Parts: sequence; C-alpha cells; structure tokens
Amino acid sequence: MSKELLFKYVLTLGDDALILGQRLSQWAYKGPFLEEDIALSNISLDMFGRATLFLEYAATLKGNDSTADDLAFKRNEREFSNHILCEQPNGNFADTMVRQFFLDAFYKLFLQSLTKSKDAQLSAIAQKSIKETTYHLRHSSKWIIRLGDGTAESHEKVQSAIDNLWMFTNELFEMNQIDNNMLTQKIGVDCSSIKAEWDQIIDEVLSESTLKRPENTHMTSGGREGIHTEHLGHLLSDMQYLQRAYPDAKW
Amino acid sequence: MVKEISTHTIWELLKTIPDPEIPAISIVDLGIVRNVHFKETTLHITVTPTYSGCPAMSFMKDEITRHLELQGITNYQVNTSLAPAWTTDWMRDEVKAKLKEAGIAPPSDEINCPQCDSKKVQVVSEFGSTACKAMYKCLDCLEPFHHFKQI
Repeated sequence: MSKELLFKYVLTLGDDALILGQRLSQWAYKGPFLEEDIALSNISLDMFGRATLFLEYAATLKGNDSTADDLAFKRNEREFSNHILCEQPNGNFADTMVRQFFLDAFYKLFLQSLTKSKDAQLSAIAQKSIKETTYHLRHSSKWIIRLGDGTAESHEKVQSAIDNLWMFTNELFEMNQIDNNMLTQKIGVDCSSIKAEWDQIIDEVLSESTLKRPENTHMTSGGREGIHTEHLGHLLSDMQYLQRAYPDAKW
Repeated sequence: MVKEISTHTIWELLKTIPDPEIPAISIVDLGIVRNVHFKETTLHITVTPTYSGCPAMSFMKDEITRHLELQGITNYQVNTSLAPAWTTDWMRDEVKAKLKEAGIAPPSDEINCPQCDSKKVQVVSEFGSTACKAMYKCLDCLEPFHHFKQI
C-alpha cells in the first residue's frame, strides 16, 4: 500500500515536469528572438530531464517491466496528475513567463524541502534539480521585471497574464491524502508551509516590476485528482501521437 | 586477463574521451566520472549527469562503452548516480585554463573576457548552445564569447 502511494507521489512530480517541458518545447523555432528561443528550449530540456528522472523512478516502483515511456505516452488525460498551471497554453511571451515565474518560485521552495526527503532517490533528484530551477527563476524573474517596468504595452500584457493565471496558483499549495501520507513518512513536502515564502518571492518581484498582485480571485484546482482544463487533452494528443499510432515504435 | 588492467589505466583511457560539445576538455576534466573500481572481475564506472536534460549524456556513456570495448574490455557496467549533484567546483584550475584557452570563460564568480581579460563584459543570453553555457560579449575587444556556467 505504501509503495503504491509513493508511486503515485513520484508520478505526480514527473507529470508536472513532463507537461511543463512539453509546453515550453512548443516555443522552439517560435521564440521572440534567437537567444530567448534557445533559453526556452534549454529550460524545456531541463524539465524533460527532470521528468525522466522522476518517471524512471516511478516505473521501478510500479514494477512489471513498466518504463518511463509507458508512463509518459500511454496514459490518458484523467490519469495525469500535474498541476493545472503547468498545462496552461503558452499564450503570448508574457503569459509563458508569468506561468514560468510562478512555477519556478514554487519549485525552488518545493525542491529545497524535498532535498531533505527520507527517500534517498527523491532527495537525489531534488539536489540535482534545485540548481537548475534556481537558474530558471533568475531568468523568469528578470523578465517579469523587464516587462512590468518596460513599455505601457508590455506592462499591460504581463499584468493581464498575472490576472489570468492567478486562479491556478492556489493549487500548488493544496495537500491531498497522498501528500499528507508522504509528509507523515517524512518523504514528501508540506506544500502549505511554503506558501508564505512563495508569496514573499512573488510580492518582491511584482513590486519591483510595478505590477499588482490580484486580490480575492476565485481559485480552481483538480489536477492532482486528474480533473484538468480542456488544454491538457490537446497537449497529450500531440505529445502521444506517435506511440498511440505506432505502439512501441523505436528509432 | 581483465584483472591485469588497473583502475589507473582505466582513468587514463577515460581521459582520452573528449567532451562531445567542448572537445578541448575530457569527460574526466568535466567531472562526470565519479568512480572507477573493480568488483571481482567486473569493472564498475559511475558517472553523474551535468544537467538532467543534457542530450550529450547518453552520447558520453556510449563513448565510454566504445572505448572500453576497443580495449577488449567486455566485463563492465556503467552506472549513473545523481547524488552528490554535479558541480563546476569539481573542475580543477588546469581544466579552467584549458577552457579559457579554447575561448570559453571558465566557471567563476568573476567573468573576464577569455580573449583580452577585460572585466567589462555583458551578458547576451543566460542560455547558450549547450545546457552548460551562457552567452557574453566583451565591451572592450567586442568579441562575443561563451561562459561555462557556475553551478
């Protein structure tokens, strides 16, 4: 039973990285300029690398010769447990950067805590990933400041991205049964306890960017239970196409 | 047969494998080879990834395999370990000198132009052609250059 819960916990962390990585990869060849195109593709690669580490671990916990690829390409939408924020469309550059900034700030705190996990493999993955996330956060924070404190148009676009994506942020700090079980076993992270620090990172950057933090917005969630927005299905149909059309194809 | 080969010989062999993206340094210089030892007659080599999504990682593992087999070594295992996480602090000064020689500013708190040593440099992009590098330019000699990111 306990191993089953650990499997689900690790799978969820893999799903977050995989879906965000896939979203970022959709910027390849479409970045606003060459350097940023490369930056987004690099961050996407880091997320795919992280997804591989989590999903390979999840596959070993599942057993039965299950592989990371099976988990990535042969599950349906309702079986994915990523945060809804990860699957939100790229939109314009400000939308992508705000999504990234919210998530980078969260992952920095989450991974910091996960390095102390009693589970040696989760701790090792966290130690590896935190370095990359720290770098990503520096990049996304700088963009929020540059766009917010930039032209009237860039300010308006980034403020609108913040207002639109804010409703997905509360989900990051929710704790379900699996999270609570993992926390009791000192394997998982207490997400509710990192909210205050996340708020602080967000507030500091928003204030420097002359941007406003939304107030009293309706919050939505459900990703952890497989209840997603309409965007995830489209993302999966693209990502999983090859393995669905030609099962077990290798090259 | 296998036992006659020492771990020293293996280390020397691995030092001849260049980093596929920065051929001026070897994979040992890069710090990804963490351990070489024999367990009974099996050679165990442990490597650690630089960046978790670095596409060169599988190529480097294939190169290790290829070099071992060229030497007639067939009884080996190449394992990956994640902790402790790879850091550029493992890079020795002589390796940093090799990077500078190749026109890449080595990992350091203070980034100088590898061409003219000027301190007046500007970041062009925090991400470069490979996961481990960022793009800079020198404001004195105007040369663009790569910086090997310090992590």
